[in-house]
Order: sequence, then structure tokens, then C-alpha cells
Amino acid sequence: MKFIPQKNSLSLRLIYLILSLLSASNLYAADDNLNEDVIKNTHDQLKELIPQLQVKNFKKKIILVKQLAAINDPQSIIVLQALLNSRLYYQKADKSVVLLQKKEVHKKSKQYEIFNALDNKKIGLVEKKTIKKIATNNKLRKTIRTLLAQKEITNADLNIRQAAVKEILTGNDASLLPALKQAQTVETDESQKDLLNLAIALIEVDAQDTSTRQSAIKLLGNSLYPRAKGKLDTILATNDKGEFIEQDKDVIKTAQKALKRINAKLSLFGNLETLFFGLSLGSVLLLAAIGLSITFGVMGVINMAHGELIMLGAYTTYLVQQLMPNEIGLSLIVAIPAAFIVSGLFGIAIERGIIRHLYGRPLETLLATFGISLLLQQMVRSLISAQNVPVITPSWLSGSLVFNPAFAITYNRIYIFFFALLVFAFLLLILKKTSLGLQVRAVAQNRSMATAMGIKTQWVDSLTFGLGSGVAGVAGVALSQLTNVGPNLGQAYIIDSFMVVVFGGVENLWGTLVAAMTLGITNKFLEPWAGAVMSKIIVLIFLIIFIQKRPNGLFPQKGRSSGGH
Amino acid sequence: MNTLTQVKHKFQDVLRRDRTFNHTLQGMHSIQGNELDISHKTVLYLEDVSVSFDGFQALNKLSLYIDDGELRCIIGPNGAGKTTMMDVITGKTRPDAGTVYFGQTMDLTQMAEHDIATAGIGRKFQKPTIFPEHSVWENLELAMKTDKGVWHTLFTVLTSEQKDRIEEVMLTIGLQALCYVKAELLSHGQKQWLEIGMLLMQDPRVLLVDEPVAGMTHQEMDRTAELLTSLAGKHSVVVVEHDMDFVRSIANQVTVLHEGSVLAEGTMDEVQNNQKVIEVYLGE
Amino acid sequence: MIINRFFPQFMHKDTGGKWLLSLLALVTIIVIIFNFLIPLLLPEMSALHMPTYMVTLLGKYLCLALLAIALDLVWGYCGILSLGHAAFFALGGYAMGMYLMRQIGDRGVYGNPELPDFMVFLNWQELPWYWIGFDSFAFTALMILLVPGLLAYVFGWMTFRSRVTGVYLSIMTQAMTYALMLAFFRNEMGLGGNNGLTDFKDILGFSLQSDGTRIIIFSLSALALALGYITSRFIVESKLGKTVVAIRDAELRTRFIGYKVEDYKLWIFVFSAMLAGVAGALYVPQVGIINPGEFSPINSIELAIWVAIGGRGTLFGAVIGALLVNYAKTYFTGALPEFWLFALGTLFIVSTLYLPKGIVGLFERIKNKNSDQNKQAENKLEEKTA
Repeated sequence: MKFIPQKNSLSLRLIYLILSLLSASNLYAADDNLNEDVIKNTHDQLKELIPQLQVKNFKKKIILVKQLAAINDPQSIIVLQALLNSRLYYQKADKSVVLLQKKEVHKKSKQYEIFNALDNKKIGLVEKKTIKKIATNNKLRKTIRTLLAQKEITNADLNIRQAAVKEILTGNDASLLPALKQAQTVETDESQKDLLNLAIALIEVDAQDTSTRQSAIKLLGNSLYPRAKGKLDTILATNDKGEFIEQDKDVIKTAQKALKRINAKLSLFGNLETLFFGLSLGSVLLLAAIGLSITFGVMGVINMAHGELIMLGAYTTYLVQQLMPNEIGLSLIVAIPAAFIVSGLFGIAIERGIIRHLYGRPLETLLATFGISLLLQQMVRSLISAQNVPVITPSWLSGSLVFNPAFAITYNRIYIFFFALLVFAFLLLILKKTSLGLQVRAVAQNRSMATAMGIKTQWVDSLTFGLGSGVAGVAGVALSQLTNVGPNLGQAYIIDSFMVVVFGGVENLWGTLVAAMTLGITNKFLEPWAGAVMSKIIVLIFLIIFIQKRPNGLFPQKGRSSGGH
Repeated sequence: MNTLTQVKHKFQDVLRRDRTFNHTLQGMHSIQGNELDISHKTVLYLEDVSVSFDGFQALNKLSLYIDDGELRCIIGPNGAGKTTMMDVITGKTRPDAGTVYFGQTMDLTQMAEHDIATAGIGRKFQKPTIFPEHSVWENLELAMKTDKGVWHTLFTVLTSEQKDRIEEVMLTIGLQALCYVKAELLSHGQKQWLEIGMLLMQDPRVLLVDEPVAGMTHQEMDRTAELLTSLAGKHSVVVVEHDMDFVRSIANQVTVLHEGSVLAEGTMDEVQNNQKVIEVYLGE
Repeated sequence: MIINRFFPQFMHKDTGGKWLLSLLALVTIIVIIFNFLIPLLLPEMSALHMPTYMVTLLGKYLCLALLAIALDLVWGYCGILSLGHAAFFALGGYAMGMYLMRQIGDRGVYGNPELPDFMVFLNWQELPWYWIGFDSFAFTALMILLVPGLLAYVFGWMTFRSRVTGVYLSIMTQAMTYALMLAFFRNEMGLGGNNGLTDFKDILGFSLQSDGTRIIIFSLSALALALGYITSRFIVESKLGKTVVAIRDAELRTRFIGYKVEDYKLWIFVFSAMLAGVAGALYVPQVGIINPGEFSPINSIELAIWVAIGGRGTLFGAVIGALLVNYAKTYFTGALPEFWLFALGTLFIVSTLYLPKGIVGLFERIKNKNSDQNKQAENKLEEKTA
């Protein structure tokens, strides 16, 4: 079910989203209540037409279907829908047409429950072999769809009207013109009116009268539906010699102008979309790198197992979902603290067990933590599975926010973007406002002085490392919604994460934020002309050269440098 | 043609790391020579040199002249800019403003550290820095004045004169018995001496010596004083030292630095009676 | 010591190296006699020979040992932990692979005399320019040295003069090999994309499948390892080697006594990359394939652990480490595949925590305890200071 929000009610939509997040229920439950008046004498017509549907000839079927559609009776719609969905059967014994409510075999008895196609009354259970499906083909189904759409564009329910007009837009049936015009005059909803106008324009473009065509083309120029652009492209099609097939020069001129306008808008929205994809990638990078900017940036510890701590977070999400299979929506919320604790504890264990003994030997730390990353990967392979595990996306994260036909963004990416910013703000708060943060910074700046002032540096080290690791776990929860969760999840992010931290400048959370977003956006803007892999390579090469120029990153921090010896 | 030059400049600009690498453009600077010219008796010129780190003014329009063969002591309270001054001379730090010349022609601000060292300025660090994994002999061998290009170093074999030279310096610094001992096993004082020995092996025109007697016994201190005085004349020696007794025992010319510039200059007695100096040292 | 007569003077003190090279020579001679000469001259006694797959496996190990020496030169001696050495190895391998591809000629699946199969498959019309020349072995041999060398030169030139050191440098090298891996995975690179280069037929006219060729390539690997070892030993023992160690221990000091540190780093880095390229080139005909997976960052890190386990800063330690770890890898991935990553991970941790100087360091510590050499030196020192 698609839902087109009003452009001006974005904030309202966000509130809905948050509400839905809390209730995790489906907001958009809508049913097909058809409250049309039943007119008695149409019943006879139905009685006459419906049995004829058993005819083998599809041309005749199409004529029959059109006649059926013309009858102003709800039952005709029900029959047509049944035919469209392959639920219309006839009984072999008496050739009476029947409907199935469910397509499937009645599971226990292997029987079908059939209903009378004329009045929808239940007939009873029958064996599968006693009934036969009324066959359809593509053309017939298309005809039915259009016919139904035609009926539905005047339906009282706005959702049904919208779906109908969209259905019409995919075809281009001139015979629908009167119906569309009629619907357009009575339509009250503005966006629906626009759609109807577009559908009319798409048909009127092919009219005889030049001025009608002109105005239709102008109208098309305002639309972002792919059909509008496609139609204009067709008008401006050229033959082999490069001459326009269209004879009317004025029409060509107007069409060119209209196309230009569409293209300008499309490129604007295309850029917007790229920007959003960039921000989205940036937020993923930020999530992956932000824990590292604590352990590497602030503490100067090279933790090659950082990626695996992210992976542990993702697996925690999976396990939480396994524990509460009926509460998928809630499970993700529960997974966040759970992943923080799991990865954080692993981090503390790593710090106390290994890294502690290697302070001041960064290269050894690098190798030892790489060993840990191998251990963690293999642990997951042995304990859970070497294959990817399925992490379910809750309903409140699926779907997308549609601004217009050319610009839509998926909810999971929006959520993750804001989530990344939230995590960032949370860390910033901890480092700047809490006493732990104060001690962390004190230890980072001058370890011996901090010790002299009574700070338990070892304790601070463990907690800082745990914090960075825990954040990595939280990143894993978010990433589980975007990528496959498998033992190799972490490896994909480790180099990128280091690049982000080094690019941003160590000991600088803001630098990490700017670096992640810059790299994300750059990457996405390079992609259209360089390709996904190549743009990644370009970014890497750029980073390698950048570090030569500014070894301390974008925002070098004053004071102690963590650059090796 | 014009665009070509522009492109060339751009290219050069890219290849520069930052201002530290101005020396890559040294061909473009006019007053540049390879031979040390001390026709005016002065071997080291520092004029209006300023350096600041993140807003902290380490050197403030410092002007200092060192004569050829002179032994000069530089004193001053902590943060006066003594070590920064040495950093500027040896090319470790680039000044924000001012000129630093070695002789009449060599612009030290445009030269890399190793070029400055090869040109004849040796430096001993405050904290003794030697090669811990190498023996005393190897430490001296590495420091020896010779062609320090990569290929030469790969195939070079010590000549007998060079061996004699190493022996000689080893004798001077009194470490001949520890010839084959790893330098990391030496005591603090011995490391200081070894570093001075490495300085001697370089046979520099100017020796910059940062706190040479820190951690030395009185005996060792006396020997150091003796050594440094004997070096003066043939070399110019600039000593930065906190130990006033030591300074008194060697210096004829003393410069007092304060807040990045010269506060007073003269003999030890003159300096000690200087009102400003007394204020700086005692007034705080 | 009579054995010294067989070795150049700079190796006389290198007991481990002498052992290693002697053993290597012995094994090579045995393999040549039993697998090559006896089957050739006395066919009825050919049952004595070592299975060819084992010879090839051994040959593979020798190439990896050469690679380990290359890394040890830059890491153990110069303190540059390159996490991109697999890239140089792979580049050498690709150069050799390109030559071997050209040797296939029209015997490929598509029978195109000019284009390798994967290019025909991708509808390429002509050979890309960078493939030109690889039908000549001499040119290929040159490229095996030049391509890794050039990459190392450009990368090193930029990095060392900017004074990027320590872990930053390691991460940069890792990014380099990662970028290369991504690039080589692309079909547009014209180097076989995902599948890499494979299905080789022969080298210099000799079939790669024949036992004789395999024995010769094995012997060449042994020779390359021996020559690589001796050259590296020469470098390490020269004043240049001492300078490089000096840079590792006190870079600033080295600079201030007049050494242009970046030149030295660059020299050793480029030499090491070339050595790695040779190792890769000899490796490829023995395994029969080269693909972008060889660039993967994990390979480079694994390489570091061979060196660390063996003992960095001692060349024969690197060789021992490479042989041991790779033997273990072959054994475990065959017998207990699940266990291998656990073992490798543990190796990383144990070697960094408890074996800072590797196996060689461990032996030396034991030896020193017995001979009390240390005590004597300390006594001497105390006498002097007193």
C-alpha cells in the first residue's frame, strides 16, 4: 500500500513515525469497503453475462468483460477482481460460475470453499477436481485492470481513487478520456486532481487540435512522472536522418521547452537524492568510525578488532530477535542497549587482557588486535553459523517517504541518519559533560599528570575502551538493518573507519563527523560517472594523498600527537 | 606558454607538503650557496626570527650573531625559547618570520635538516639521543663526516684513516674500552659523552649543545668543560645550559634569552649584574 | 670454520643464515637428484622420488619465505610496518601471469590467438596497451621488478617525505592494497577481474604440468630465496643497513647527523617491494593462478605475523616464521579447517605479547642464559663506570 503524504506535513509524518515506533502497529490498515447502491435490475444483466465468461475465445472474453464493467453493480467489480486474480472458477458439473475467497486449497480437507459468482452466497466445500479455473491472458488482465481503474476513479475512498489513477497512468487508453474528465470535474482532492490532469494530458497530447496538444504538453512539463517524460521523448523522437517525426513545429518547440523543464527538475531531485544517499552513507561511516574515534582517536589504541565489535552488535540484534520473535518491532530497541553491553564487555576484556600489556607499542597492538578479530570471526562461525543470518526489518523501518515521483527516501536510511547523529551527540555529551569524559580527556592529554592527580588511569582506560567498543556494537545494530549480517561484516568497515578517523583528525569527534559526511557525499557524487567501485578507489587514493599533505587530518588537535614514535 | 607555467606552478604547489618543504623550491631563491662563506667573521646570523605555536610566541624577533670559533653560552628561564632557537637553526622548526643564515650565503630556513647537518651544523639534544642497538663504534661510524648518499653508504668500507679518526674520538670521549658494547647499555653520562663524540665525528663548523652536563658527576662536568673549551677556536660552540657554575667555568660570552628574545649579552659578570636579568631571574 | 669458505665474508657471523642456506642447498640437490636425474637416467628407480605436489608445495613456501624477508627488511630493520606488501607480491605475480597468459596463444577455450579468453568473453576487440610486451620473457622479468618497484617508489616518495610514520603509515599501506584489490576486481582493468589470470599452459616453451618444469621452478625458487637472502644480508651488514636500523631507533638523530632519512627509507622500501615482486612471480607458475584476492589486506597482515613469529630483525627468523606458519596453515586447513583461524588469531596474540623477538629471540634468550654473555658485558660496564 502506497501512501503519498502532503509535502507540508512532513513534521506530522515524523510524529506519526515516532508514534508507530512506540506502538509498532500498522497505521495504514484500510479496507475495500464499497458502499455503492445496489440497483435491482442490473442483477439480470449479470446473470446473463457471467456464465458466458467460460467462453474459450479471449476476444469474446474482452467484450464480455467490458460489458460487465459497464453494469453499475458492486458484484460486477467483485467478479472482475476475481477474474483478474485467478479466483474465478466454474463447476464442471453444472457449468455455474463460482468464486473462491482464498486461492489456496482448504488445508485440512484439501478442498475449496466456493461462492456463487452472482450473489456471493456460500455454496460449500468441493473437491479440487470438480471445478476449473476461467483462464485469462495478459491482454485480458490489462483490460480488466483499466476497466476497474475507470470504475474506481470515482470511488469515495481517496486511496482507491489514487491507486486507480496510477493504474490508468501506466496505460494510455484514449477511451478512458471521458471518464477521466468526468472524474476530474468532481474531484476535490488537489493532488488527485493533478494526477487526473496528467492522465488527461497524456491522452490529449495525441489529439488532433494543436492548441489542445500544446496545453497538454505544457501540463506534462510540470509533471515528474516518468510517463510524462517518456511521452515528451516520444514526441521528440527522430528518424534515422535525425529529423523529427512530428510535423508540427510549434508542438516540437513546446515539447522541447517542457522536456527541458522536466530535466532541470529531475537533475535537481537527482542531486538531492545523491546528497541524501551521501548523507546516508556518511551516517553509516560515522556509526562505524565513531567508536574508533574514541579508542584510536582519544586513546591512541589501534584496534583492528573494531569491525568485529560492530559485527558482534549485529549478531546481538539477531539473537535478541530470536529471543522475542513476536516482538520484532520492539526487539530492535532492546538490541541497542544489549549490543552496547555485549560489545562493551568484549572491549573491556580485550583491553584488560591484551591491549593493556602493549601500551606504547602501537604496531604490536595492531597485530594483536588483528589476532583478536580473527578469533571473534571464527567464534561466530563456530558458535552460530558461517552463513549470513537473517535479521528482520521491523515494519516501522520499512517503506519509504515519497516526496514526489522522482524523489523518495527509505525510512530505514532516515532513521539510521538520525540515529547516527544521536549516538554522536550522546558521545559528545559523555566526553564533554561527565566526569568520566573529563578524566578520559585528562588521561589522553597527560597520563602521568592525571595519575598524579589521583585519577585511576587503568580504570579510565578500561572504561574508555569499553565505551568505544560499546558504541561499535550499537553501530552493529544499525548496520544489521542495511547489510547482510555475517562473520565478515566487520572487515568491510575497518579500513573505511580508520580512513574516516585519520581524515577527520584524531582526538576530534567533530572531525570524525565532518569526515564521515564528506567522504559519504563525495563517494555518492562520484558514483554516477565513475561507478561504485571506482569511486571508492578514487576516494581511497584521495585520502592517501591527503594524509601526505596533512598528516594530522582535517582538524588537527593541539598537544600530544599519537603518530607513532 | 603562460598556462604551461601556471600548470607547472600548480604542480609544484601540489608536490609541496606545506611550508616545511620550501626547500624543494630552493632553486628559485637567489641568495643560495653551497660553500660556507665566513668572510665577515660571523658564522651564524639570526635576525628578527619569530616563531609561534598555536598563539604561544616561542621566539619574538630574536636577533643573535655567533662568530666563527666563538664559545657562546645561552641561558634563560624555562620557556625562554632556547630549544626553539636550536630547532630553528637546525631546520626542525621553520620560523614564521625572520632570516637565519649560515655564513654569508646559506639560508638555513630553506634547507632540510640533513642538508644543514651536512653543511656543518651539529646538534646535541637535551635528552641524549644515540642509537641504542648499535655499538659505540658503530654510533661513531654512522656520525662520521663522509658522503651520506644511499648508494655510497651501501658499498662503503672504512678506510684506515677513518678508523683512526673513530679511535681518536673514542679516546677523547673516554669510551674506548666500551667500543663494542651496545649503546643502550651505557650510563646516562656515557650516553651524553657518546653523543658529543658523534658530534665530533661530524666535524661541524658550529656545535649546538643542549644541556650537555645534565646527569653528569662533577668530575665528568669538568671534563666536558675542558672538552668544549678546547673545541672552541676550531669550531663555534653554542651551549645552552641551566647549570650556572658550568656556564661560568667555560663562557666568555653569555646571552640571556627571555620570552623569545635577547634580554642581555656580555661576559658572565656583566650579565649577572644586569638589572633586567636580575629582575627576570629573581623577580619571579 | 670450514663452512665459512662457502659464504661471503659478511655472512660469517650469521650462523642461522649459514645453516639455513646449507639446508636449502641440500634439499634442492636432493630434489634435483631424486626427482629429476634419477628418473631421467635410471627410470627403474624412479619410485624413490618425492611426489611432485610436495615439491611444488615446498616451492610455494620458499616464495613466501622470500616475501617474508622482504617485509623483514622494511619492518624488522627500518621499523616501517608495511601492511601492503602483499600488493607488491601480487603485482609481481600479475606480471608473470600476464606473460603466462600470452603463452597460451590460441590454445584457449575460444582459440583466439591474440586475446586471452576473458577478453574474448567480454567482447574486447584488441589487447589493451599495457599488455604489450608481455609476450617477451625478458620484458616480463623487467616488469616483475619495475612495477612493484615503481609503486613502492611513488607511494614511498610521497609518504616518507611527508614524514608519515608508525601506525599511520601502516594504515596508509593497507588502504593502498585495499584500493588495488578493488581495482583489480573490476573487469575493466583488463586483468581478468574476479577470476584473475589462470589456465596457464607453459613457460618458455616448457609445459607447466610436466614434472621437469616443476622441479626447475622449485630450484629457481630456492635459488631466488638464497640470492635474496644473501643480498639482504649484504645490505643489512653494510653501513646502509646500520643507517636503516639507526633510523628505526632514532630517526631524528639520524637526520641531524646528516642522513637524508627519506632517501634511505625509500631505497629499502623499493628494494623490498622488488623482492616481493620476484617472490610473487615465482609463486604464480607454481599455484597456477593469480587473482585479486592476493591483494586482500588480510594477506599482508598474515605476512607480518610470519615475520613476528620467526623474529623480526633477523633475516633467517623471517624465513623460519614463513615456513612454520605456512606449513601449519597447510596442515590445519586440511585437517582441522575450523581450528586454523583460532590458531592464527592466537599466534598473533601470543607472538606480540610473549615473543617480542620471535622464535629466534627465544632461542637467543636460552642461549644467553647458558653462556652468561650478558653478565660479562654488564660487569665490564660496571668496571668502567666505577
